[in-house]
Amino acid sequence: MSTAPREEPPTRTTPGQTVGPFFHYALPYDGDRDLVPPGSAGAVRLGGRVTDGAGEAVRDALVEVWQAGPDGAVPRETGSLRRDGWTFTGFGRTCTGRDGRYWFSTLEPGPDRPGAAAFFALTVFARGLTDRLFTRAYLPDDTAALAADPLLASLPAGRRATLVARRDGRGPVFDIRLQGEGETVFLDLSGRRAP
Amino acid sequence: MDSTPVTASGLEPQSALSARMAAVEEARRATGADPRQPALDYPPYRSTALRHPTKDLHHADPEAVELFAPCFGERDVDPLEADLTLGGAGEPLGERTVVTGRVTDARGRPVRRQLVEVWQANAGGRYVHSGDRHPAPLDPNFTGAGRCLTDDDGYYRFQTVKPGPYPWRNHHNAWRPAHIHFSLFGTEFSQRLVTQMYFPGDQLLALDPILASVTDPRGRAMLVAAYDHGVTTHEWATGYRWDIVLGGAHGTPLEDGEGDRA
Ligand SMILES: [Fe+2]
Repeated sequence: MSTAPREEPPTRTTPGQTVGPFFHYALPYDGDRDLVPPGSAGAVRLGGRVTDGAGEAVRDALVEVWQAGPDGAVPRETGSLRRDGWTFTGFGRTCTGRDGRYWFSTLEPGPDRPGAAAFFALTVFARGLTDRLFTRAYLPDDTAALAADPLLASLPAGRRATLVARRDGRGPVFDIRLQGEGETVFLDLSGRRAP
Repeated sequence: MDSTPVTASGLEPQSALSARMAAVEEARRATGADPRQPALDYPPYRSTALRHPTKDLHHADPEAVELFAPCFGERDVDPLEADLTLGGAGEPLGERTVVTGRVTDARGRPVRRQLVEVWQANAGGRYVHSGDRHPAPLDPNFTGAGRCLTDDDGYYRFQTVKPGPYPWRNHHNAWRPAHIHFSLFGTEFSQRLVTQMYFPGDQLLALDPILASVTDPRGRAMLVAAYDHGVTTHEWATGYRWDIVLGGAHGTPLEDGEGDRA
């Protein structure tokens, strides 16, 4: 036990608020969606469509990706806001367009340990969304790893599929359904199980 | 059938909306949901209707990548980006203001060298955004976007002008209280926070369904800055202090004997 006096921990955290409709001149930046230059060695397109409870495109969402590199290691490099074209920082940001689509040019993450399922960690923001949402887009290929994944195993079969990307010719496709039929599983990562 | 008074716009009057806000707050107190975080399903803020998940958030133990956050550094942010009054040929209109505060985790530890982004309307309540059709003047000397890195003690500091309130079409005669949008990263993925800072004494605070989506008055109070005469500077700018506490996987208060070396 330490004898040093300990600061009383604050009991409250600052609440979130909606990103609103007017972030487009502030949060996007040059190269935000290009974690690696499109077309460079190993580059894939991670993309999909964000839709609402009526199945309509969400045109004013912001999507962020945070991911390991192909070796499974978590990047600790700065430079996401001023990319040098060579350093993989693992972070990207993009806005959806009028069709609700988003995409990143990136590398596919590797598993962080043998037998683990590799995924992209995603954050979604939008007008009408009072707080950010976290989710995971798993790569679909390693079925044994997916079957052994603790999060996927804790989900009913019908919802599990919402977290697994499919593939088109350019890379993983991951649609984000905020509400309703096929609603994406959004995560509580706070480390506390709901009472 | 419907006793809601009719307004010139055909939209719901503030009185009816305020009554619904109070009812949701009351109802949510009884559900056991954490009232300090905003309700995702919050009908008084109409745009939530088709955009809130209907299923509860699903508990997941963070994996390796989620226990870290992206790193930002000197290469990412020019120190001049913390001054929103620069960038035009002249000074922007409005009340020059400094907003500063400390970013910590829930255990009170500073979040060091991490990115803080802000954006806001100008003094007239107008954003430099093609979607903002409020007929208030644009200010050629003000864009309203800034960035900085927190210092080694977790402090951020922006120089700006106080934003104006602005109307929106959520209900009849709806006005957002003056606010600055903030975007923050912590030391782990789950600490990611986008929120809004408000100014003390604003009579619009009690009427605003976006602020009221946080259904705990103590949670709402955490979003309101304090006027700080120690931040105000002689013949230059008024000053506000606003501290930010990030949650996250390790954001729960300490148990006894835990985290002695924190
Ligand atoms: Fe705003």
